Amino acid sequence: MAPIVSVSNLVKTYASGFQALKDVSLDIEEGEILALLGPNGAGKTTLISIICGIVNPTGGTVLVGGHDVVTDFRATRSIIGLVPQELTTDQFETVWNTVSFSRGLHGKKPDPAHIEKVLKDLSLFDKKDNMLRELSGGMKRRVLIAKALSHEPRVLFLDEPTAGVDVNLRKDMWKVVEKLRETGVTIILTTHYIEEAEEIADRVGVINGGKILLIEQKTELMKKLGRKQLRVELQEPLQDIPEALGSYDLTIGDGGGSLIYDYDTSGERTGITTLLTALAEAGIRLKDISTQQSSLEDIFVELVGARA
Amino acid sequence: MNLEAVKSIYFFEMARTRRTLLQSVVSPVISTSLYFIVFGAAVGSRIQEIDGVSYGAFITPGLIMLTLLTQCIGNGSFGIYFPKFTGTIYELLSSPVSMTEIVLGYVGAAATKGMMIGIIILGTASLFVDLSIAHPFVMLLFFVLTAVTFSLFGFIIGIWAKDFEQLNLIPMLVIPPLVFLGGSFYSVNMLPPFWQAVSHFNPVLYLISGFRWSFFEIADVNPVISLVIIIGFLAVLMGLLTWIFKTGYRLRN
Repeated sequence: MAPIVSVSNLVKTYASGFQALKDVSLDIEEGEILALLGPNGAGKTTLISIICGIVNPTGGTVLVGGHDVVTDFRATRSIIGLVPQELTTDQFETVWNTVSFSRGLHGKKPDPAHIEKVLKDLSLFDKKDNMLRELSGGMKRRVLIAKALSHEPRVLFLDEPTAGVDVNLRKDMWKVVEKLRETGVTIILTTHYIEEAEEIADRVGVINGGKILLIEQKTELMKKLGRKQLRVELQEPLQDIPEALGSYDLTIGDGGGSLIYDYDTSGERTGITTLLTALAEAGIRLKDISTQQSSLEDIFVELVGARA
Repeated sequence: MNLEAVKSIYFFEMARTRRTLLQSVVSPVISTSLYFIVFGAAVGSRIQEIDGVSYGAFITPGLIMLTLLTQCIGNGSFGIYFPKFTGTIYELLSSPVSMTEIVLGYVGAAATKGMMIGIIILGTASLFVDLSIAHPFVMLLFFVLTAVTFSLFGFIIGIWAKDFEQLNLIPMLVIPPLVFLGGSFYSVNMLPPFWQAVSHFNPVLYLISGFRWSFFEIADVNPVISLVIIIGFLAVLMGLLTWIFKTGYRLRN
């Protein structure tokens, strides 16, 4: 199946000379949730802005649903919904009017039943006659999502949707995202919060300095880059690592109460079996063994740190 | 053509007028009434008729034009500047609307508001002076053309402006002198020859003169020339707008 969003060799240089995107290529499959991770200024928002039509590209092409975002913008923009990063709202409008306005802008006939459903899903319906300036930040964020969903998009961009949002709202939002995914909507979100990507995304892309450093199935990524740690708790504490174990990359933890062994899951041999045998031969008695997998955050920090 | 979008923008903008009824409708009516009291009744009673028209009636077309120009520029510029200022412009730019549709929505609403106020002023004026309109269709043509042209001018200012200072620069500093020196309150024939010649470089003179001709059949310049000038200005603005759309000037860069 053709990808719903296809970005090829995209370049953006701003008038100031700043090159925000350097030859970015990326395919997004229909129905998936893609998380784009990257530090501030990495190019995440520029990439989204070009796909949505807010910023003109300097070079390269973007296809959405098979249509070019520049020459065939009507076809692409009518299937895209965008929730921007900034809380930008018409302070003096009511929730109902501003959400209905968004639907109209996208060329859809008024459909009060749909607007009502969207507002109810986001727990906004009882606020429908309130002016936006009367709402809290979290409520405004919901309004922006409602606006983006007002025209029933097939592709939804969430630009840092949970920045400055409390835990409850964040959970609510993930429920909405989950529901949307069930209806087949493709979701692209950018975030600083790695746990967010870890929890919800199918695929994870890491972007920095205007380049996509990697894009991978989340599970593959964790497997590929994931380092594991074996922690061996000891019956009797050790002062130093016994000479017999010198060939292993071991460190002492818990003030001598445990040994920590780092290994790479992608390696052909992890070395665990031989280590355990060596421990037994050295007469070290074990109390417990546990392993720990590095999180996306560790992977991310490593990747961005290494190439920045 | 995304008609739903044009409608949405138009009615969204018109709703803003409803919310700010006092500021947008009542205040121009009050200021115009003041002009009539001062120039029409107090000063005007001591001024002789101009080409057979009482002074109060003579200034009416100029006053309508003054209001129409400032209102249309103000509405047109604010309508597009405000979303730029608050950031809600992102939505407009990411919607399946062409720039033509954006212009139709915003400029249409700005011109409608301006014309509504113009009609109210005309009504207010008829309470103070006897008015007759010799050529209603020509009058309507000037009225609509001016409203559309200057709403479009305002729209371009709104796109160009980077802050409120720039937004207000032309409406506050450039338009009033042009209107006052464009023969709103006098016939340029009353001026010394040198200033008469200078006045002919003022585009607003042609507007007011043509508009006044449709009321009283008196004019400082041939009404056909007036019509050509305003259509020419409209064409220049359209050209500028086309360039803005092509380059994404201050919107998509």
